[in-house]
Amino acid sequence: MIDLDKEKAARPSLKERFHTWMEGEQDMYLGELEMKPPKNAPGQTDETVQETAQKAAENASREKLRQQIPEGILNTVESTDRLVPTGRRLLKVAFDKAYPVLATVMCIAIVALLLVTVSWMPPFGSADNPASNEVAQRYIEQGLEETGAVNIVSGMILDYRAFDTLGESNVLFIATIVVMILMRIDSKEEKEKLSAEEAAYTHKKTLEPEHDTILRTVAFLLVPMLLIFGIYIILCGHLGPGGGFSGGAVIGASLILYANAYGFQRMEKLFTAKTYKVVSFCALGFYALAKSYSFFTGANELESIISTGTPGRILSAGLILPLNICVGLVVACTMYSFYVLFRKGGY
Amino acid sequence: MLRKEVESMLTVSEWVRFLLGAAFLLIGLIAFVLEVFGVFKFHYVLNRMHAAAVGDTLGLGSSLVGLMILNGFQFSTLKMGLVILFLWCASPVSSHLISRMETATNPDLEKECEVTEL
Repeated sequence: MIDLDKEKAARPSLKERFHTWMEGEQDMYLGELEMKPPKNAPGQTDETVQETAQKAAENASREKLRQQIPEGILNTVESTDRLVPTGRRLLKVAFDKAYPVLATVMCIAIVALLLVTVSWMPPFGSADNPASNEVAQRYIEQGLEETGAVNIVSGMILDYRAFDTLGESNVLFIATIVVMILMRIDSKEEKEKLSAEEAAYTHKKTLEPEHDTILRTVAFLLVPMLLIFGIYIILCGHLGPGGGFSGGAVIGASLILYANAYGFQRMEKLFTAKTYKVVSFCALGFYALAKSYSFFTGANELESIISTGTPGRILSAGLILPLNICVGLVVACTMYSFYVLFRKGGY
Repeated sequence: MLRKEVESMLTVSEWVRFLLGAAFLLIGLIAFVLEVFGVFKFHYVLNRMHAAAVGDTLGLGSSLVGLMILNGFQFSTLKMGLVILFLWCASPVSSHLISRMETATNPDLEKECEVTEL
């Protein structure tokens, strides 16, 4: 009991802890953070010191701050006390006070909104839910006949709902573009700087996994098998479990393994930025064109030249096989591009 | 009633197969439990790597062998065999790379474990 009481006395109260948490001085995982500036910041001099000396110190510290620290890094009120005009300072104090309150209110409002929305949802698994309508039944009963795909899921995502899958592939493409904008090292100076840095670390070259004999041997055995397996998954997407997304992921993983084991220089022979552009453009363009044709003929009840073929054969199910290949190419390129861009900022 | 039917359905060879498969599955399950326990119990990276590797090789391997025995000889059994082969290639290599990284980057390796100069 006594120990407990002591512990209680030693620990800060709930309010204090909440305050320190709110101020960002403590982190749940990292422990105490040094967010606050030291109490005797260079801007704050004693009142007793002569005014001239104070001004000189101020000027010096101002100049120093201007030279060393870019604007906006020192955002605490105490240390930049005398550098900021009074109006702006008051505004900043008001903002700092209002920000956590407004953020909390905003969070609670969003949570409340979502909870209310959930309470309006129909009960889970109920028979008269909007989701369990005639669409699912039709997919199951006539999916094989209408799409020619033995795998109903493939028939759904690449025939009935092919437009949705086109959007998903485009999302991957856009994600790669955004990563490229953020991570790609384009200018020659930065590239040279990077290569110079790499050259300086030659004694640490053994840290790179590409000089590992065990990894190289295993990659030599596994990469061809992985590639074949990925292609198999893509090609059999309409006959069984699989499809473009999973097969493309396997192919992308095998490319990453090869790049890890044998280095990027060898990989550049196969895969460069140009390869990525051409493959993605062709795959997405073909997807959009082919599906436009099939939607156009379907909507206007015209005869389509694409037949569903005999279900169960590899060359059947109309457009599903080529579309699976397109999706697989996009997914594989996206995975490898992400890895390369994050690892070294370029192909 | 139901028990009698089940007993009459299973012949001796099927019983043997079922028990063998169940035993292998059980071994795999125990290995997985040990893996999870070890990964969360240990703090040093090499110990944790060892625990994780036990689950990835012994656990997955014997679980899949158990499933293969229960499944009988089919095409999917062959696929399971390939999965075992793949994992036995890939998982030890990943453990090897982790340990290699640790020995190459940790300057205080002697504090953590015994180091033998080659």
